[in-house]
Amino acid sequence: MPDKTRWVYGPLAQMTLVRFLEFTREPEALFWVFIFPILLAAGLGIAFRNRPADVLKIAALTPQLAQALRQEKLLDVTQLPRAAAEDALRTGKVALLAVPGPAGSVVYKYDDTNPEGRSARMLADRAVQRAAGRIDPVASADQWLREPGSRYIDFLIPGLLGMNLMGSAIWGMGFAIVDARRRKLMKRLVATPMPRHYFLLSFVFSRLLMLVVEVGVVLGFGSLAFGVPLRGSIANLALLCVLASMSFGALGLLLASRARTIEAVSGLMNSVMMPMWIVSGVFFSAQRFPDFVQPIIKALPLTAAIDGLRMNMLQGASLGQVAPQLGVLGVWLVVCFSLALKLFRWR
Amino acid sequence: MAAALEVRNLRKAYKDVIAVDGLQLEVQSGECFGLLGPNGAGKTTTIEICEGLIQADSGSVEMLGMRWQTDASELRQRLGIQLQDTQLSEKLTVFETVRLFRSFYHSGPSPAEAIALVQLQEKQKARVGTLSGGQKQRLAMACALVGDPDFLFLDEPTTGLDPQARRQLWELIEEFKLAGRTILLTTHYMDEAERLCDRVAIMDHGKIIALGTPRQLIASIGVEHVVEFSIGRESAALTLSALREIDGVREVTAQNGSVQLQVTELHRAVPALLAELNRQGLPLTELRTHSASLEDVFVTLTGRRLRDA
Repeated sequence: MPDKTRWVYGPLAQMTLVRFLEFTREPEALFWVFIFPILLAAGLGIAFRNRPADVLKIAALTPQLAQALRQEKLLDVTQLPRAAAEDALRTGKVALLAVPGPAGSVVYKYDDTNPEGRSARMLADRAVQRAAGRIDPVASADQWLREPGSRYIDFLIPGLLGMNLMGSAIWGMGFAIVDARRRKLMKRLVATPMPRHYFLLSFVFSRLLMLVVEVGVVLGFGSLAFGVPLRGSIANLALLCVLASMSFGALGLLLASRARTIEAVSGLMNSVMMPMWIVSGVFFSAQRFPDFVQPIIKALPLTAAIDGLRMNMLQGASLGQVAPQLGVLGVWLVVCFSLALKLFRWR
Repeated sequence: MAAALEVRNLRKAYKDVIAVDGLQLEVQSGECFGLLGPNGAGKTTTIEICEGLIQADSGSVEMLGMRWQTDASELRQRLGIQLQDTQLSEKLTVFETVRLFRSFYHSGPSPAEAIALVQLQEKQKARVGTLSGGQKQRLAMACALVGDPDFLFLDEPTTGLDPQARRQLWELIEEFKLAGRTILLTTHYMDEAERLCDRVAIMDHGKIIALGTPRQLIASIGVEHVVEFSIGRESAALTLSALREIDGVREVTAQNGSVQLQVTELHRAVPALLAELNRQGLPLTELRTHSASLEDVFVTLTGRRLRDA
């Protein structure tokens, strides 16, 4: 007689719950999925943050010259006696030294192989000429590009998100499946009335649960700490993340479909993921690779995921605009999943 | 009474090894049947074919009136299975593990009841990874019982356990027997089979070489006692043929400096043996006798001992 007291949950719910519990009780996994991407984003975000244009330090020998040069806001001018000034130039404390020359002329002493020296030369000369009454024949104005969306951190966050989606899906599937096979736990489950596809479905559902947290952590951090924009529709972004995660999950399933040892599956997973970390544009644009490899790079799931995420988040692209990326991910999902089902070893 | 399990002409080969070679087997409903044999005899292959985990090359298996080909899902509901060395997930608690397995079955005891059956109540909230070998094996048993099975498969349930844990497990299995479950058990411990099984089949090289109750099998070799002795360093000087002449001695085997005699009448054979050794002038360093066991049946049938087979 079927007993329906409150502990009788469905087998699929139980399998999913167990996956989730196992994952949360693995401190290393929690670190790599949640803490590591934040540390990486914070580190890189700080290293490559946009600093205000540097003020260049220069020295002048006379008060007149110093005064003329101080009109230029990008120069920090000190007036020094000759010996001290020469010494400061030699030791790099100032980038340039302005010395009065014969007949009201000015001599600039600087290292012309040093970009700072060359910039200081241009700024100093402009200040001296303007102070002497030069009027620029063409009026010009500056427009600075510092708005969110075009900084390195804006480029980086979708890349890290894509990398994280790939890593957690492939590692999560690969290790858990091979571990269950190695312990003969998979065989034990097959010996119960549990339908076999529940075993695979439990991974799908626990993945989706984790996805919410994973994506939330990376995007929340990017948006709160660095103001990374989310210009596209959130629903489309969610769709992209789910599809990417499922494709990577299918790839992980394929990689784990026959391996009997953790070592074997680690090797397989790393050899598949490593090239994608490099060529798929996580840290720098994939466009930097030669043209003839671009079609291959574009066909990789990580490239498609990251491109899609960037287009959505940074350019506010519509679903139609990311259709090629969704297509690439869809093909990977279908091909890997059907291959994996054919090859899968249940014992 | 109908047979709970009927196996006919079962055959299974792996590459060049024939694991199961035309096996016939019948387990009656309500009995505890032991499949005995050394490692590699084909016990596990046989039991896993019966459990529907391996496909046989040929032959048929009928269980509880059903067949794997047509009634797999119904059969799964009614079998309790404990596999050889399954490691359950170490990060889950005992309760979570049993609850997971309970969710696969339509009916059966609650997880707490199943845990109580194997006396692990105190460990309910403990992670599986912290359990001892015997406790893990009892947990595996709880997972096998949680669907209230009509037929229980136990594959080497006490292998690798310490003597105390083995005895605890035996008591548990005896309770299942009292509850009237049909059990098919494999083991390579003869004492385990003698204690637990109503009938045993001795397997060697994929075939059953003897079948009957433990008493019948022991009686079948026509020996009641075994005398074992050693004479230290002098063993080379011993004339074995003289021992065979002793009245009531059936069989003489010498192994690693110790000599085994299979004997029908202990009270006549032992004095005669002592006299013979005395006549040959050899000092006795050790003398043991025991009643014939299934181990001796195996030795008689195959000429090998179970452990080194």
